[in-house]
Amino acid sequence: MRQVFVPIFAMIIFLLFWEGLVWVNDWPNYKMASPSDLWPAFWRFKGLFLTFGWETLWRTIVGLLIAIAVGVLFGMVMGFSKVMREGLYPLLVGFNAIPKATVVPIVALMFVGQHDLNTVLIAFMISFFPIAVSVSIGLSTLEPEYRDILRSLGASQLTIFWKIALPKTLPEFFGALKVAVTLAFIGTNLMEIVSPHGRGLGALFDSGKTNADYPLMFAVLIALAVLGIALYYVVVVLEKIFAGWAERSTD
Amino acid sequence: MKILNDNDLIVIDGVSHTFNTNSGSLPVLDRLSLSVPENGFSAIVGPSGCGKSTVTRLVAGLLKPDEGSVWFQGEKVTSPRSTVGMAFQNPVLLEWRSIIKNVLLPLEIVPNDLSASDRESRANDLLKLVGLSGFEDKRPSELSGGMRQRASLCRALVHRPEVLILDEPFGALDAFTREDLWLTMHRLREEEPFTGVLITHDLREAIFLADQVIVLSGRPATVQYNQSMPQQGPRSLDQLYKPEANEMLNILREQIRIARKGEEPAA
Repeated sequence: MRQVFVPIFAMIIFLLFWEGLVWVNDWPNYKMASPSDLWPAFWRFKGLFLTFGWETLWRTIVGLLIAIAVGVLFGMVMGFSKVMREGLYPLLVGFNAIPKATVVPIVALMFVGQHDLNTVLIAFMISFFPIAVSVSIGLSTLEPEYRDILRSLGASQLTIFWKIALPKTLPEFFGALKVAVTLAFIGTNLMEIVSPHGRGLGALFDSGKTNADYPLMFAVLIALAVLGIALYYVVVVLEKIFAGWAERSTD
Repeated sequence: MKILNDNDLIVIDGVSHTFNTNSGSLPVLDRLSLSVPENGFSAIVGPSGCGKSTVTRLVAGLLKPDEGSVWFQGEKVTSPRSTVGMAFQNPVLLEWRSIIKNVLLPLEIVPNDLSASDRESRANDLLKLVGLSGFEDKRPSELSGGMRQRASLCRALVHRPEVLILDEPFGALDAFTREDLWLTMHRLREEEPFTGVLITHDLREAIFLADQVIVLSGRPATVQYNQSMPQQGPRSLDQLYKPEANEMLNILREQIRIARKGEEPAA
């Protein structure tokens, strides 16, 4: 009960504070739209919010799934082989250091017109790094005794990975996935905003900007926040199911 | 020193080994030879860092010696064999598994023809023997350090290994828990036939548990002293507080002192 009501209560307080702030300062809505301006904006574009929201969501999820596959693969390679780690790590760090906003126009030119592909690609590129790092660290910090216990019984590398390394890395993996979820949304939106004739919530945001429809821009932000929260909690539920053992009981 | 004895289960024959580290080569063992009789229990003591753990890895087949050979039941050890059970100072239980599932782990890897219920009753028997009945379905994080180490012992023994290798298994426990576990070890020895190799820093632990105490010299290690215990097999804690035990401790302490002296570089 408390777990449901406390967050809702906090959200109501936040909205009231926001509304009050705009009202007290008498800000025009191009400075800051108030929550009461948002509902009409949502209502006016409800069809677009649904279709574009769905586009943003599925692109983010697909980008994230690719990030998981590639990130886990890189993480495994770097976690098991010291040589590969020494070789790949600087490359990955450098790649990650490049602000993805600069990569967006390059990718948009590279696959011109392929909006879905571009968007998924950026979502993937921005979010796979934390996954690769966490998996590699999880695997390389596996205490040697775990390996010795299984190896002394004649277990293969694959068995060791499956029985010990993989489950032991899951808490780190889910920690990274939570970060990756928000990053993937950033990636999706970067491409949607920048692409001409783009679709998705990012494009809706951009059209709000061109049409000076400021409440619409704020409404998109809220819609993105809602999607972000939803996807984040999906990861939390998955974490509870697959890595719930790592949670210490607090009592 | 060449050992030829039908009774020996493990024979380490003239083993030398060197580790290559970033800061150069580090010889750890120098023509080490020792043997452990079947169903015997040998404790290996020596200065810290003298290569004791390397010996356990050799016996388990996890490490190939540069020189010399390791024999197991008259067969040369070249790779890991499932007839070994291991327990370390860190109990390394799998946190995501219940205690009984942890104990069952070796049976998932070692080929055997036990049915699921046979495996479980085997694990339950062992847990009962070490006093962990009622904790089968608990997670390792819910157990105390001593209890985790008991579970780790069960896991090391569940597949009925011929050799139980213990690498400072009780080192991180408090004195009372340690004594409890020593008694548990003797109980296990009575019920389960196995040959034990114990690495320890604790001389009292060595003389209480082992039939034979081997003192290694400083690095690179070789056998410096080999003491057979007057009493073989299970014994009671009272004996540890008798004058004879003190005499034995003094002899061993003196040997360790000599070993450390030989090892000490110009400081």
